[in-house]
Formats: sequence, structure tokens, C-alpha cells
Amino acid sequence: MSAVAPVAEPERQALPGLAGAQALGLTEDEYALIGQKLGREPNLVELAMFSLLWSEHCAYKHSRRLLATLPSAGERLVMGPGENAGAVDVGGGLAVAFKVESHNHPSAVEPFQGAATGVGGILRDVFAVGARPIAVLDSLRFGDPSSERSRYLLDRAVAGIGHYGNSIGVPTVGGEVYFEEPYEQNCLVNAMCIGLAPRERLIRSAAAGPGNVVVLLGASTGRDGIGGASVLASAELGEGDAAKRPSVQIGDPFAEKKLLECCLELLERGLLVALQDLGAAGLTSSAAEMASKGGVGVEIDVARVPLREPGMEPFEIMISESQERMLCVVAPRRLDEVLGLCARWETQATAIGTITDSGRFRVLSDGAVVGDVPIGALVDDCPLYDLSPRPPGAQVYPAPAARLTDADPGESLLALLSCPNLASRRPLFEQYDCLVGSRTVCRPEQADAAVLRLPAREDAPRPAIATSIDCNGRRVACDPRSGTREAVLECAANLACVGAEPLGLTNCLNFGNPEKALVAWQLTEAVGGLGEACRALGIPVVGGNVSLYNEAGEGPIYPTPVVGMVGELPDAARAGGLAFARAGDGIALVGPFAPALAASELARLRGEALPGGLPAAEVAAVVAAQAAVRAAVRAGVVTSAHDVAEGGLAVALAECCLAGGVGAQVSLAGRPGGGPDEALFGEGPGGFVLSGPDDALRALAAGATPVAIIGRVGGERLRIEHEGEEVVDLAVGRLAEAHRTLEALFS
Amino acid sequence: MKFGVVRFPGSCDEVDAQLAASRVGEAVLLWHAERDLGRIDVVVVPGGFSYGDYLRPGAIARFAPVMDAIAEFARAGGPVLGICNGFQVLCEAGMLPGALLPNRGLRFVCRQPGVRVESTASPFTAALAVGERLSIPVKHTTGCYWAPEHQLDRLEAENRVVLRYCPGQNPNGSMRDIAGVCNEAGNVMGLMPHPEHAVDQLTGSADGLRLFESVAQALAPVAA
Repeated sequence: MSAVAPVAEPERQALPGLAGAQALGLTEDEYALIGQKLGREPNLVELAMFSLLWSEHCAYKHSRRLLATLPSAGERLVMGPGENAGAVDVGGGLAVAFKVESHNHPSAVEPFQGAATGVGGILRDVFAVGARPIAVLDSLRFGDPSSERSRYLLDRAVAGIGHYGNSIGVPTVGGEVYFEEPYEQNCLVNAMCIGLAPRERLIRSAAAGPGNVVVLLGASTGRDGIGGASVLASAELGEGDAAKRPSVQIGDPFAEKKLLECCLELLERGLLVALQDLGAAGLTSSAAEMASKGGVGVEIDVARVPLREPGMEPFEIMISESQERMLCVVAPRRLDEVLGLCARWETQATAIGTITDSGRFRVLSDGAVVGDVPIGALVDDCPLYDLSPRPPGAQVYPAPAARLTDADPGESLLALLSCPNLASRRPLFEQYDCLVGSRTVCRPEQADAAVLRLPAREDAPRPAIATSIDCNGRRVACDPRSGTREAVLECAANLACVGAEPLGLTNCLNFGNPEKALVAWQLTEAVGGLGEACRALGIPVVGGNVSLYNEAGEGPIYPTPVVGMVGELPDAARAGGLAFARAGDGIALVGPFAPALAASELARLRGEALPGGLPAAEVAAVVAAQAAVRAAVRAGVVTSAHDVAEGGLAVALAECCLAGGVGAQVSLAGRPGGGPDEALFGEGPGGFVLSGPDDALRALAAGATPVAIIGRVGGERLRIEHEGEEVVDLAVGRLAEAHRTLEALFS
Repeated sequence: MKFGVVRFPGSCDEVDAQLAASRVGEAVLLWHAERDLGRIDVVVVPGGFSYGDYLRPGAIARFAPVMDAIAEFARAGGPVLGICNGFQVLCEAGMLPGALLPNRGLRFVCRQPGVRVESTASPFTAALAVGERLSIPVKHTTGCYWAPEHQLDRLEAENRVVLRYCPGQNPNGSMRDIAGVCNEAGNVMGLMPHPEHAVDQLTGSADGLRLFESVAQALAPVAA
């Protein structure tokens, strides 16, 4: 690229000024700071670049200080926060990279493409570090399905996730969905991807080597997704969002499939210096971040970028969020080989710029400078804001609508099994390919966590990883610190039930507007709880994503810190299922389970107000119980393991019966004065339902973990006694019928 | 005994098919742009979304250079197995009768139905017994098998319906519960279920491996 003259462009074009900056979402102070950093007023290209990199979505300006408090180190950590995805060592020279990310606002505006490109984006994050994506999970939140809008969002978001994941050949192995009124306008669509790579092949995104070539791979650049990060992701939803539809990107899984295979082959052959995906803020963000991490400068000539439509302005090219693009840095002598391999994969590849030693981001158009800013100013100098948290005086979320009155325990159990939050997810997950890749050992609803086998190695013939994603936003709304702690413990409990030990977690913090004291408090408390739980489990946060401004007219969503966890198990053949399977097996309730009805699913059905707090869990005792369950499952001495979650013990028992197609007889003693509803439907962390031979179940009590044998597997009915009195007697077929309610939403 | 598994841009299950085939023989990938198959004994046209399934599943893939070579291989009696998207491609290429339409429910469906062996006329089922029940997963949006009634009658009369979904387990509305068919000579077979995803009890079932074993056995005297 030829040497360029000092910026002449600002004189030739009208400067956007403060009004232009504000229209792009920047504050007056931020605009002034940009001028100070540049030593002059920014032109349109520069301002567009700043507006995106200084947006909440890219700069984490309200959350970065909080996130710094999370534990991010660990023995097994290979790559931590700051890279496209974090990674942990899983033995045998292999690493597993994973990350969860939100695509909430695009999905609220256009659910099919929003969800599809959410999956496409998180896949790119994972193969950008050189890992082959091997699994996708999703975490979804909608309003009550009685609303037409919620049914539409659900239907189209599920179709979009399936469309992208199925078409690109990455299995969707797990996920979760809740339906609660506060998500009515602002749905949540979070997608998590897990990738696998030889440890030494993981690549970082730091650009290096002045003189090296910057190559843009993949799709042509169009006007789609212009300003997605600032327009959609960093502001509240409101009226006229339909007009924002052009800000939603359009996905093409076929293009990404070729791009994925092409990038992995480029890395396998050692042809790349650095690789980075183009996500939010497009070329601006990826090039700036690569240069910043490598401490170098970069020059990009927008005239060389292949365009989908004529007449695009330089600033549009720089910030377009067109999908299925990657940016790589290549040594000049390898360029021909790179271009040749891309041609074989029918993937467009164009040299669009050069790495420099200037520390500046220069944008050229046919050789003429149209923007010139210091990389540091773009990436590092965004002002960070302290939150002004203030706990609310009283619960701010209204009580949910009452749906159940005067029910006996049998009726309550049926109502719970058929309520959208607990009903079978089969109509959703059957729309996802959970098998491609030949790794899936435990499929959805077979076990508490998905289990994926890894290549055999000498010391372990059938090693595997397990993964789970979870968060009960309503419980977080009651008590952000305890609720978030519970979400982490819940994920770890799911892993324990298949015999897996946690290695690390990723999180997506979905919250409202952090400039509001309430949301600031929720966020602060939740991050505190997240850190506490991680430290108790001894695992790092390997990376994550923050999605703020999730509010529409009615106020913020429930605070929803979605937690995705990955663990390992030595023998996939012993991965625990949740199904009762052998008549005559004993049933044990294991762990320091202290059921409470407040904030439970039953309380929600009854329309009870959200309490202003949750009972504090004995975290150490819960972690010890998880270890006991994990050891029993790994030893292969129990038949099934399932953790007690929403709907309490009775729902957990019913789920074990449904998965196995067999009944059970159970006898419960409640807390004095607690009553049958609390014993059957109360919720709290730390409870597990295990089945197996009695002596194996009793042996679990060897440590300090409480174990009570409460019943026996067999027959075709679920019968539950409380304090000697029969309170539930239902045929398993009747439970199954209740559990199938979501089918109606997809017929 | 060497399997060649086609790789189109957009194929998804080609590596899985290669893994499955490698349990009974050698298995290599065949690039879509090649016109020469090399020395191979069996062709597998795998699942996925060849060329993005744009226009219509299989409609573009049938024009891939490799398809001419596969047609030639089949005319010479070489065994060809089309799985899911591969079945769609072989129908589009006119190498198998009928067509695959969008599922009755119009949605992608991933499920593990029972499949009954109806014919041993194909080398892929020659070693199985009519009436055997296999558990093999399906995963597709466009898997509803359709052919004119008279052609279906003929297929049945000629013993060319190779697999049917077990009663009540048809996942896609296929006519007469047809899950797999073969050509007149029997050497070309297409099916919507994925036998390559049922080769190990650990991942759900090993019934699909039987098809790979069957063709290996059928070719054994030739290969020896």
C-alpha cells in the first residue's frame, strides 16, 4: 500500500459534529474526549468507528470493572477472558473452547434471523480460536405462551436456531427455555458453542508482523446490520422497532460452513498469523482488536472490500455487520497459498490491508485516507462508568398471574408438569440435529447434562465432556446474589448427575439498563454471587458476554445471568441418565436439600408475589453433595441421578418416571409444620434423586452428605405418601400426557 | 474393501459416514469437483446440505463433476448408498425413483424411529433378514418420500422398497411408510435414516453398522 498523506479528508467533507455523535449514541463528554484523543474533530468514518467501539456492546463500559472481580485463573485454563472464546485443557493434548453470547434485541425484532445469526456468530467465535465447533446449546426466554407475540417469537427463534445449526452440521445438544411475563417484549436468545482443538493449534487474535497482509475471508459486505451493536444492542427496545429490522443481519449457514472448513484447514496447515471473526461492529472492531492485542497498527482500504451492493460509503463498509466473514493476518509469502485454499473452498478471500508499526488505524479509500485514529483510543480509551447501585426498597416485579387455586398435591403435580416452564422440551429439541459429529452420548431429556465423547486415549478409553446451561431469572429477581449462585450450582449439579467435574464456565449477563440504580444493584449482586460460586467450585470464568438495556416499556427483564458450564468425565459409558430403569431399585434423596415454597414454580402458578430474598444456601455442603453424587455415578454403582430443580422433589421424581416409563412408590417425611406442598414442591439447591441398589445408595452417606431412602422403583403409577398419608397417585401415562403440552404450540 | 464418501461444500455427515465405514474397511473422502473416483469399492453420498440445499435439496449437487463418475460407477454395478441428502441427490440425479418432499409437519425432525427391513435385494441389506427391526435416527426437513401410485406399486412388486418406518413411527409422512428404496439392479440404495449415526451402542444404537457390514460382506468374495 502506498504511503499516505496526512488526513485531508476532514476538510473536504462536512463534519458530523456533536449532533452526529449523539445520533450515533455517544454522549457529549464522550464526543469531547474523542476530539481530545484525535486533536481535531472526527469525520464521519472516524465517528462511526468510535460510536461502535465505545458502545456498551463492544466496550463493556458499565460492566468491565465488575467483571474484573471474577476468578479467571485455573490449573486447566488454556485461554481466558479477552479472546474470542475461552478454553480449558481436557487431557490427551486437547482443549475445549467455549463461549455463550446473546442475540436478544435482533431476535426481538426479527426472531428467525436474529436467532440464526446468534448461532452463526458464536460458532465464528469458537472457530476463530482454531477449534472445531462440536456442540451448540441455547438459552431462551419469552413471555407467557398465552400471548401471540411470545408464541411467534418462540416458533421463529427455535426455527432459526435449527436452521443455522442443522445446516452447518454442528449438533444442538442442550438448552433451556423459560416463559415469564417480564420477557414479553424483550425476549432473550443466548447461544453457547463448544469447540474442540489440539491444544497447540489454538490461535490467538493478536495481529503481528508489520508488512503482513490483512485478508478478509467470506461473504461480501452489504448494508445489513449497520449499527447493530449500537442501535440494537446498546439501547432499550421501544416503539418503532420494526423499522430497525434492517439492523438485523441475515444469516447464510452454507457460506459459514465453507468458511469454517476453510479456516480450520488454513490453521491446520499453519498458514495464518492471526484470526478473528467479524461480529458486532464488523471490520472496525475486528481489525482494531487484532491490532490492539498485537500492539501494532493497521491500514484497511475499503475500496478493496468486496461489496454486495454498489455505492456503499466508507463508513458503511467499516461498520457493516454482514455475516459469515473472518479477518486473518498472513505473511506475504504465504498469501498465494491462502488464496488458493480459499478458492478450493469457494470462499472469497481478498487482501484488503496491511499490518503497520504505526499504532494507528488508517482507513483508505482507493489509497486516499478517509480516517486515521490511534488504535489505543478506539480500543482502550472508552470511558468506563461506575455503576450507582441501590437496592430496591421493595420487590419491583409484579406478582405473576395466578393460574392455580385450591389444588390438591396430585392436581398441583399435573399443573406443574404441564406448565410451559416444566413441560417436555421435546417439541423444541426435535427440531435440532443433536447427533451430527458422532459424539453425542446423552441426548436431551436422557440426562441432566449433555455428554459428548472425546477421542480415546491410552489412560481413558472413553473420555467425554459434559455441558449444561442454566439460569432461573425469577429466582435471581428475588435475590440477585443467591439466585446467581444457585444458577452456577445448578449447572454443576447437572454435571455431577452425569458424573462430570466442572472445568470452567462462561456466562451471559442479560440485564436491563445499567444506568438505573436497581439494575446496577442487580448486576453488582449477581456478579458477586457468580464469583462466590465459582470460587466454591474452584473453577474459572473463561469468558462471556454482557447484554444490557434489556427493557421495553414495562421495565427491565428479570435479571438473567445465564451460566454455561463444561466438565469432564473419565468414562462416557458410565454417564448417568436420569431415568428410573430397574423395578426394585431403591430411590434416595441425597444432599442438603431444604425445600421452600417461596419463589418456587408452584408459587408462580398460584400467583404469589416474589419474595425479597432467598434462603442462603450452604454452598460448601451443596458442593460436597455434588462430589458424592459424581463419585457414585462414576463408579457405576447407581442406576440414575437427577437433580431437584423447578417444581421440587415431586416433579424430579415424575421426570425420572417419565424418562424410564416406569412408576415409583415414595414416602416422604416433611419438615415439622411444613405440609405436603413444601415437601413435594418446595425448591432450593442441593437435592438429588438417585436410584439403584439400596446398599449403593446407603454408601453415599459415608461422607457428611445426607442420604434418605425414600422409596422404590416399580409399577405403572407414581405414588407419593407424606407423613403416612397418600397425597399423589397418578398413572405414568397421565403424567406423560400432562408433560406434552408444548406440542400444541408447534402443531 | 474401500469406501469413498463424497464431500460436497455443505456436506455435514461425511466425516461421520467415513468413521462408520472405517469400522468395516478403508474409507476416504471424495472431493465434489473430482471426476475420477480412484480405486474404490463402495460410494457413499452422505447427509448434509450440499450447496446449501439452495433451489431444492440435491438439485445443485446432481450437477457436481463427481456425480458423472458415480453414475458410471453405478452403471458398472458398483454399490452406491445415498443417506438423507445423499438420497435426495440420487433421486435428483435420476439414479433412484421418486422424490423427497418437505416433511408433512413442515419442520426439521430429529428422532430415533424403528425401521423394518423389507427387502434384501440390495447389497446393503443382503446380510439382514426381512422383518428385522432396526433403530436408526432420522434428521431432516425434506424426507417425505413420494412417487406416483403406480410407481410405488411397481417398487413393491419388484421388491425395491428396502426399508419402512415401523407402524406409527413414520416421522415425515412418507408414502407407504417408505424409508429406503433401491434401483432396479439393487446396487444403488437411498434412505432417509442415518445408519452412520447408529454404529455404536454408546451413542444410541449399533443397528446402522449392519448396513456397512452387509455391503462389505457382499463384496468380500470380489475383494478377496
